[in-house]
Amino acid sequence: MKLQRQNQDLDWITILLYLFLAFLGWLNIYAAVYSDEILHGIFDLSTDSGKQLVFIGVSFLIIIGILTLDFKFYDSFAYLIYGLSIGLLVVVLVFGREIAGSKSWFQIGGFGFQPSEFAKFATVLALAKFLGEGNRKLNNLKTQIRACALFLIPLVLTMLQGDWGTATVFSILVIVLYREGISPLYIVIGLLGVAIVVMTLLINQTLLIISIIVITLLLIAINPKNVKRAAVIVLAGLVGLGVVRSVDFMMTEVLKPHQQNRIMSMVNPNIDPLGIGWSVTQSKIAIGSGGIFGKGFLEGTQTKFDFVPAQSTDFIFCTVGEEQGWLGSIILITLFSALILRVITVAERQRSRFARAYGYGVASVIFFHFMVNIGMTIGLFPVIGIPLPFFSYGGSSLISFTLLLFTLLKLDSHRTQVLERL
Amino acid sequence: MNENRKLFVQGGVILVALIFAVKLFSIQVLDTNYKLAAENNIVQKIIEYPFRGLLYDRNGQIVVHNTPVYDLMVIPKEVQIKDTLEFCSILGIELQDFEDRIVSARKYSAIHPSIFEGQLTNEQFARIQDRLVEFIGFNIRARTVRQYQYKGLANALGYIGEISRRQLQNDTTNIYRQGDFIGISGLEASYEQELRGQTGVSYKMVNVRGIEQGSFKNGEYDTLSVSGKDLMLTIDADLQSYAERLMEGKVGSVVALEPATGEILAFVSAPSYDPNILTGKNFSQNYLSLEVDTLKPLFNRPLMAMYPPGSIFKTIQSLIALQEGVVTPTEEIYCDGTLITDHAPPGYYNMHEGIKRSSNNFFCQVFRRIIRQGVSENPFTDARLGVDKWKEYVQRFGLGVPLGIDLPNETPGNIPGSSYYNRLYGNGRWGFSNIYSLSIGQGEILMNPIQMANVSAIIANKGFYYPPHMVKNYDLSDKYKKQVQTGINEEYYDLVIEAMSEALRGTAPRAIIRDIEICGKTGTAENPHGADHSVFMAFAPKENPQIAISVYVENAGWGGGAAASIASLLIEDYLKGEITRSWIEDYVLKGEFVKGEILN
Repeated sequence: MKLQRQNQDLDWITILLYLFLAFLGWLNIYAAVYSDEILHGIFDLSTDSGKQLVFIGVSFLIIIGILTLDFKFYDSFAYLIYGLSIGLLVVVLVFGREIAGSKSWFQIGGFGFQPSEFAKFATVLALAKFLGEGNRKLNNLKTQIRACALFLIPLVLTMLQGDWGTATVFSILVIVLYREGISPLYIVIGLLGVAIVVMTLLINQTLLIISIIVITLLLIAINPKNVKRAAVIVLAGLVGLGVVRSVDFMMTEVLKPHQQNRIMSMVNPNIDPLGIGWSVTQSKIAIGSGGIFGKGFLEGTQTKFDFVPAQSTDFIFCTVGEEQGWLGSIILITLFSALILRVITVAERQRSRFARAYGYGVASVIFFHFMVNIGMTIGLFPVIGIPLPFFSYGGSSLISFTLLLFTLLKLDSHRTQVLERL
Repeated sequence: MNENRKLFVQGGVILVALIFAVKLFSIQVLDTNYKLAAENNIVQKIIEYPFRGLLYDRNGQIVVHNTPVYDLMVIPKEVQIKDTLEFCSILGIELQDFEDRIVSARKYSAIHPSIFEGQLTNEQFARIQDRLVEFIGFNIRARTVRQYQYKGLANALGYIGEISRRQLQNDTTNIYRQGDFIGISGLEASYEQELRGQTGVSYKMVNVRGIEQGSFKNGEYDTLSVSGKDLMLTIDADLQSYAERLMEGKVGSVVALEPATGEILAFVSAPSYDPNILTGKNFSQNYLSLEVDTLKPLFNRPLMAMYPPGSIFKTIQSLIALQEGVVTPTEEIYCDGTLITDHAPPGYYNMHEGIKRSSNNFFCQVFRRIIRQGVSENPFTDARLGVDKWKEYVQRFGLGVPLGIDLPNETPGNIPGSSYYNRLYGNGRWGFSNIYSLSIGQGEILMNPIQMANVSAIIANKGFYYPPHMVKNYDLSDKYKKQVQTGINEEYYDLVIEAMSEALRGTAPRAIIRDIEICGKTGTAENPHGADHSVFMAFAPKENPQIAISVYVENAGWGGGAAASIASLLIEDYLKGEITRSWIEDYVLKGEFVKGEILN
């Protein structure tokens, strides 16, 4: 094969989808903060829509920066960027500014900066770098632990900041490990663990404990001869019971009542219809009242009259649901699905493991945000405050997603060269 | 294997997208509850209560109007009070009350206002008004209640109150809502339809803080409120006030009519109460104390009390007798005073003298002639036919039947006929001797005071009347424009009127007014339970009568005393606008009638 192949073109499908989402997001932010009484233009810099336009502009500059930088930069400096990002996460714990209960912001001039947003990019990059080094085998326990540590460290740090929403995002990176060969059993165990935690909060404990014991016994009964497997099953059952008891212990002994309430109403909004449940109830009312065709642009009464909280950020989907109706929502969901699937396609065509793993990391993070954010507004997910990528109001979020996506596109445009380097 | 894993991830993305699409379809398209909930969020129904119609007296003086009261409203979701204890002390309520009320308001709605404390006292209002900005979630709503200009006329005006559950259920018009006010008694009840007006409704959009954001769908569903119709009463407020003053400390009633129209000029039920005590928030407390009062201030005596008329009934007896021809106008009948106890001395009486001197024996004989006309050989049958004929006559005077006054709860009184006595004594087992007390207005005969006044008006009109009424808005009904005839010749009325004008000199000298020719008839109704009732009916002046009146004072002795004095003072006040005989006024106001009076 010849050296120095031509650069490939940028993936225009992804770019178009990106531009489309950012533009629609900007329009909907305007609709979300719109009020009949105080008329601001969509460009008014004192409003969210005006500011978002500035953020979009900044994102374009960053795109130019990404595309100008040598594509080898990301591979070479991945760990440095990661180390820097982890450093920022530690520093923000000490010097950060507390906004809405979480200490995750740096105040720089008039704008806030959230290191945890940047950490998503850095973590995805570092994980890809780690997996791309040599020929790592993910069936090796040591490798598994090191790979997981890469995203568990920022996860714990953001959790310490009190930003549980962003923290959970890091956990989705197991999809990258899955794609790169880790046993699906881990995924199954992880999902089971989450299911047991949620069920502990929702249903009668005795019932849950009995069910776990019964299921364990049944599984043993199915494999009566295999002693080793039986031992594993018993161990799993005991761990399950341990999870139930420790969740219960955390809830009743460690957490304060208001924290308990918050967690409880996250899983079941009906517990506190005027508190956290209020957000979900009002969000569903806003979306549900949209009908098939919606009430029309700027005509959404629930968002206009402030019934929906955080309407330009975490609950931006309410504006779409209410004003654009079911059809508008479907179009938005299709755009997001198309973007994620396109990113997966792009990832799959990479010839280096680094680039492919990075691509899957990007797809996973966008997918997790998309799933949790929209799921939360329609009551399918607990209220975890994370933004809708490219769409919600917010500079840190938009810029970090732009960074994530366009770094992939940069790597993609050099995909043939990457192969040669290996 | 890796190809499979790629498919799994892609499949996961598509699955989530599909779940979202289905869930959205179910809440946006299939489930309509969210649309209702959204409207419920933003639309606030504001009821604009119409002004209830005002009441004026016949001279345009205001009698009943509306006065603003203030309710303290709360929106539970917004309540933010720094110092709840202080808030409670301003309102004068307990902390527990505060919490209970917030809880019950929240039950109604967290985001729509409900009443926290209704009808603030002036003191509460003054104290809380300045501090309201500190008590977030609370605001003041103004509405109106009835205010009565005069302390009297309470029973005639009636009162309004919150509509009862039963009334609400029976309301087929769907005009009323829970919490609406409705006329419960008196004119407020009988003219409810005119007075209430039309409630207006407007739908406003509000934001999450309950702040108005304009009208819903450009006011498409809004209706304006229409004020209730004002009523002009036939009452003369000055005469009414004076009559009430004269009746203070007495039990009984006064009714004054304008004979030419049937309009009620004064309407007193004594004792009465201040109607204003039944408008405020102490309604139930005050109402209870009125209800248990042994003097029954809530009893509307002019309409509901049934009294034996006593001697004033002799005027009707004479008219019937003359019309029936059983006595001629000049015929003299010897009365020896043996038939019935009598204050009139024995001797020859003609009709004129009989009325003038209120001879019981004369009317006993006259009544005998009315009853026993010899139509039948059988004295019992004869009496039966006679009584029914008599009853038919009496009913033409609006007695024993409701007059159709525009107030609720009118009693018809009792004019006994043959069926009545058949029930009492058995078929054919009674004769004149059983019923002779009717001749002098005693016995089973019962009339209410308004009927007595109406009889006086009939005599003044020489044979007809308009049903008495209290509202001058004649466009509302034709009922009070219709003249009712008694069918008795005018010349017989002339005779009775002559006798009545001369009667006063003998039976009620206190009633005589120097330059007003007054025609009257006293009565002293026998009361088996205590002192006799003082009864008087009169009209004046004799030519072109302006006022017909009946006064009934319970346990006040002879008719020429209390009742005649009160009637005479009222006639003088109405016709001359001044009182020249202060000694009579003093005598009435002092109210010691029975002691030291010689019963005639």
